[in-house]
Amino acid sequence: MPAYEVVVDVMLKPEILDPAGQAVSNALPSLGLPVATALRIGKHVELVLDAPDEAGALAQATTMAEVLLSNPVIEDFRVRLA
Amino acid sequence: MTARIGVVTFPGSLDDRDAQRAVRLAGAEPVALWHGDADLQGVDAVVLPGGFSYGDYLRAGAIARFAPAMTSVVEQAGNGLPVLGICNGFQVLCESGLLPGALTRNQSLHFLNRDQTMRITSSSTAWTSDFAADQDVVIPIKNGEGCYVASEAVLDVLERTGRVVARYTGSNPNGSSRDIAGIANEAGNVVGFMPHPEHAVEDLTGPGTDGLAFFTSVLKSLVTA
Repeated sequence: MPAYEVVVDVMLKPEILDPAGQAVSNALPSLGLPVATALRIGKHVELVLDAPDEAGALAQATTMAEVLLSNPVIEDFRVRLA
Repeated sequence: MTARIGVVTFPGSLDDRDAQRAVRLAGAEPVALWHGDADLQGVDAVVLPGGFSYGDYLRAGAIARFAPAMTSVVEQAGNGLPVLGICNGFQVLCESGLLPGALTRNQSLHFLNRDQTMRITSSSTAWTSDFAADQDVVIPIKNGEGCYVASEAVLDVLERTGRVVARYTGSNPNGSSRDIAGIANEAGNVVGFMPHPEHAVEDLTGPGTDGLAFFTSVLKSLVTA
């Protein structure tokens, strides 16, 4: 079976406070950098999956994201081919 | 017969020995349980201790949830086994679906370690029956991810059904929704609690003995069960 590189991005839901993102956002102007009007920090997971085709690889990654990589109470995820 | 209370040790658990000690001081026999062993050795209740199970990798409690011991805990909790999750144990209970909501990063981003005032708002759970109604207590907190979150609908249900077990008083240490320090499941046998009652069981080593009632409560619930 061919190997596919798949990326899962996990982000806190918009309504969940992201204190780490806020702290980084506040640090930008204090370093003389441009102000970010929004800044959120999430997790980026890179996977290599053996699957019959692209759809199969994406389906495997989606299952992983649903069961383990994200917590649906506080996080959303997006799955894509690298 | 002396009640036997299991304490599960995960890789990265910190407070398993303290929890065992609290169990002993309350008058029960502590039983050391191992995360990789699905056999709970017929214990009468289980404590999931504080710490950083599996290094808190991915999310606090996310990987501990898949331990063989947890499979048994989830199954037996459904049959009424009393389960207390302290700090990291609370995070594990939320990740495993035994309790609703999730624990997130403290709003201040700081790891907090201090004696904290709080009010026990439910004495109808297996772990809090020895408290008086709305009893004010002092119990240490030490957490980096103690900010309890859940949807407004879930929070409303928890409040309406008396499942908020404790609320922080004075200043809210971690930004927890509605000052929540602990919650229970519907049946009241499963309790998640962010502060550390096992660190408040002796005057010598803690701010007092307010935490001891968690462990004496469960003994009483076992006798009446």
